[in-house]
Amino acid sequence: MRWGVVRFPGSLDDGDALYALRDVMGQDAALLWHKDESLGGAQCVVLPGGFSYGDYLRCGAIARFSPIMKSVARFAADGGLVIGICNGFQILCEAHLLPGALMRNRSLSFICDVVHVRVDNAHTPFTRAARAGEVLRLPIKHGEGCYVAPAEDLARMEERGQVVLRYVDAAGVESEAANPNGSMRSIAGVANDRFNVFGLMPHPEHAVEKLLGGEDGLKIFQSIAEGAR
Amino acid sequence: MRVQVFITPRKGILDPQGRAVEGSLKSLGFAGVASVRVGRYITIDIDAPSAAAAEAAVKQMCDQLLANPNIEDYRCEVEVGAPAEEKPAILPSGSSRKFDD
Repeated sequence: MRWGVVRFPGSLDDGDALYALRDVMGQDAALLWHKDESLGGAQCVVLPGGFSYGDYLRCGAIARFSPIMKSVARFAADGGLVIGICNGFQILCEAHLLPGALMRNRSLSFICDVVHVRVDNAHTPFTRAARAGEVLRLPIKHGEGCYVAPAEDLARMEERGQVVLRYVDAAGVESEAANPNGSMRSIAGVANDRFNVFGLMPHPEHAVEKLLGGEDGLKIFQSIAEGAR
Repeated sequence: MRVQVFITPRKGILDPQGRAVEGSLKSLGFAGVASVRVGRYITIDIDAPSAAAAEAAVKQMCDQLLANPNIEDYRCEVEVGAPAEEKPAILPSGSSRKFDD
């Protein structure tokens, strides 16, 4: 499967995403430059983590207007698969390709930790390799990860199963203590209503080898790759 | 003319920064502080035929870029005839780096 990983000025995790896809999974992955408009024939576009454009104004607000994002929006409108990780999730929300927004963590602190998330919808192209209710252990590292959306949007998203990942404890139970950033309804990852665009705050690309502390992140990328077969 | 833009966390949206500042003010002994919201203030110098045209243009800017309607409210004020402020010379001209190259 052919993947395109976008590099914005200030992207940090593009290299790790490429490493996970190419070196660990043996996929065909290429770097895409934010000023280009070509997606290089990618079947899945990855918007990586980092601090695109220095997080000026709001996280993702400037990157959203990069030339490549026009192509990404068209690609998504045609049903193409797009995954945004951390800053990539913020960019997708700013671009209105995903509902809601990501605000400053409740604690006001940058959080670097390993958390548990529960797969609440395993019927998406991004989670099909996981079991429904499966708990994944993934790293997070963000200052603006508090997911918010208007109540009526949240209700609609819950109904349709767009809330794909939720912060939980190791046993898979939601709680205030297990919600690291104050996200509404402990939301860690959401999909659009057509389920071809997905954003999540945790970093699956940092959890692809035992040496890195776990390989639960592979489930996300394997889900996408399996669907392309 | 100059347009001032005030961007604030939307009503009903938790504002953790405002809360932290509120807590600090209270602990400093400022009595009567009921609530604090922390937002963003932007000034835009703009050439426009009228105050209404300037305001309309800035509102478009807010809708497209400056504010996120999911989480923020904004308000604009046009200062007609305000003198353009001198730009601070932090870097010698020509040496400012573009961050998007």
